[in-house]
Amino acid sequence: MEHAIHVLATLLLLVGLHGMLTRRHLMRKLMAMNLLQVAVIVFFIALAAKSGAQPPITAVGDAAPRAHDYVNPLPHALMLTAIVVGVATNGVALALLIRIHRRYGTLDEPDVILGMRE
Amino acid sequence: MKFRFGSPVLDTAVRLLTPFILLFAAYVVAHGHYSPGGGFQGGVILAAALILVNLVHGRDVRWGLRPSTSLSIAAAGLALYVGIGFLAIAFGGTFLDYGALPLGLPPPQVRAVGTFGIEVGVGMAVMGVMVLLFDALMAWEQSR
Amino acid sequence: MSAHLPVLMVVLPLAGAVVVPVVGLASARAARALALLALVLAHLCAVGALRVVLANGTWRYRLGGWAPPWGIEYVVDALAGGMAVLVSFVALLTALHARYSHEGRNPLNVATSHALHLLLAAGLLGIVVTGDAFNLYVFLEISALSAYALLAGGGARAEVAAFRYLLIGTVAASFYLLGIGYLYAATGTLNLADLAARLPQAPDAGVVGTGLALIVIGLAVKIALFPLHGWLPDAYAYAPAPTSAFVSSVMGKVGAYVVLRFLFFVFPAGGQAGRALDLLGLAAAAAIVAGSVMALAQRDLRRMLAYSSVAQTGYIMLGFGLGNAAALTGALLHVVNHAVMKACLFLSAGNLLARTGAAGVDECRGVGARLPVTMGAFGVAAVSMIGLPPAGGFFSKWYLVQGALERGAWIYVAAIVAGSALTAVYMFRVLEAAYFRPAAPSAASPPAEAANGPLFGPGEAPAGMLVPMLILALAALGLGVFNQALVDGVVAPALAGVAS
Repeated sequence: MEHAIHVLATLLLLVGLHGMLTRRHLMRKLMAMNLLQVAVIVFFIALAAKSGAQPPITAVGDAAPRAHDYVNPLPHALMLTAIVVGVATNGVALALLIRIHRRYGTLDEPDVILGMRE
Repeated sequence: MKFRFGSPVLDTAVRLLTPFILLFAAYVVAHGHYSPGGGFQGGVILAAALILVNLVHGRDVRWGLRPSTSLSIAAAGLALYVGIGFLAIAFGGTFLDYGALPLGLPPPQVRAVGTFGIEVGVGMAVMGVMVLLFDALMAWEQSR
Repeated sequence: MSAHLPVLMVVLPLAGAVVVPVVGLASARAARALALLALVLAHLCAVGALRVVLANGTWRYRLGGWAPPWGIEYVVDALAGGMAVLVSFVALLTALHARYSHEGRNPLNVATSHALHLLLAAGLLGIVVTGDAFNLYVFLEISALSAYALLAGGGARAEVAAFRYLLIGTVAASFYLLGIGYLYAATGTLNLADLAARLPQAPDAGVVGTGLALIVIGLAVKIALFPLHGWLPDAYAYAPAPTSAFVSSVMGKVGAYVVLRFLFFVFPAGGQAGRALDLLGLAAAAAIVAGSVMALAQRDLRRMLAYSSVAQTGYIMLGFGLGNAAALTGALLHVVNHAVMKACLFLSAGNLLARTGAAGVDECRGVGARLPVTMGAFGVAAVSMIGLPPAGGFFSKWYLVQGALERGAWIYVAAIVAGSALTAVYMFRVLEAAYFRPAAPSAASPPAEAANGPLFGPGEAPAGMLVPMLILALAALGLGVFNQALVDGVVAPALAGVAS
């Protein structure tokens, strides 16, 4: 199954979306959002892979590299940046969750909305 | 955390592990420009070492950086990054054009050195930010 | 230095955003001065870059000296230059206003909020000038994260609204990222100009189509196009005044700019992009009507303005959906007009709330006498929103109607007119209460928040809160009076590169 990785990415995306829509606890929504980001990252990494290819590192003195011998390093570099973005998003989200918990005493969304109404 | 966990197992484990974690972090940062690794990865590992010590030994140990120090380290890291970019402009290239830096090395080496410079900057920035994040999240816990 | 304006206008606010908190540890006043300096410099760079581009044509700046498509390049054409000038202008004015709003109740201290403001400005300017699709994603997330943090500064409810916005906005950005992943898979490049060259020959239309759909959906959520606008009213209603002014006026417009870039400059004309634009046009017409109706139903002033933003985004996307020269001119004019009008409206609503504690439309009674300058600016901006000459709003709607008539799209004409009529109703309601109703004699005790606010008091707001608002109101008028110069000078060159 050469498309197994894409099936995995799609599954992760759907689980993430489902979690964000159905879970009531704000922290669980955040975790589902992280799953969704991981799905996108897996998809990009899958784009980089080639069958029978090596990691894109050459030693001094090696012959000039041919592109199809080596894994495409660009999506890996892009996804490192995307992971950093995900970390920063988590930082902001957790800070917001702490404030919400401090204010309303709960992180359950219906209760928070009730608290907001007052 | 204000309190120590106080268990001798954790104490010893942290004492044994921390130097290796720090060394590995420096290794990862230094290898970023031509093999897997780099500023962000190394910075996170560095921050992990500091957070580990903070978790086990508590705030009273002098390992814990004050938030203002972490902020300054993060700012210095980014200033290094932007500084190298402006240095490239000063020597006639475009922003972050390492080829313009007057280091007297062949073109691939100049770019490797330039990339290494910004990786160090990024590592410092990431470490500062991660420790700041941890401090901010722990500050609430302590004020309870 | 002047050869590096495209990168300076992004790097200066970015560097400022990092230095300001450190300086703020020592002195808040120095931090604020530094932040304003960075924004002034960014604005000067943007104006300079626009002038160079209008004289010499598109400016391609290579970062790191690498030639595209391997390197990242910043592309400033008339469209990008105009957007950059607009963004930096509004950023500067709202930062000037922020001095007063960020004292007292705001949990973010002065240095942090100014740093976030700078980061937001840097992110938006980066989106506007970059020529690389992934770089655009990074700047999109930079601006989004700083917006989440800034919007949360408005107190208890703002934090929940900002968290909701965070969840939805991150999903939208992830969809955008997935979309450009599909485009990368189909063409092997991420450079926007290179994508435009390679997409017509891309072998697999399904992959390209999926990428297009994902990008459009992600961006539609970001600009809060009906029916994906759910996050917007809460986020804008509870935010502090300068933040809501900055975010509501400019963030949605930059998102619309990205839609324009992708659908008119990157994807080949007609075909899949055409179908996407048709759908966007329909959603836009619905947005105009639904947004205006929902604005009418609001009791709270800032919520009303937030729903009004939903409607105004509809006008812009309607122009894109129609696609002919007149409609696109109208859409771009409306981008500029609405940014200025909405910023002025939110700033005056903020002044109102801070000085009198009036948050609801009914509580605005008699305010016209008490805060004449604020309500005057509100009135000018309201006139422009409704679309009465000589204010700028009239001309953008005029071009839009012209474009719709040329295409024979009577439904769209009806939507535009209906939207204007509804806008007139809800705007005049506020003006009528402010000018023609006496203040409630019992002066019902103002909400607890404002009573404790440091700015509460009789009389007009302090000068620092008035000047930015007045500049914006004058700009709203000036854009109308000088609209022909704007169209000929900036909008027409901006649209010269459009494929259709």
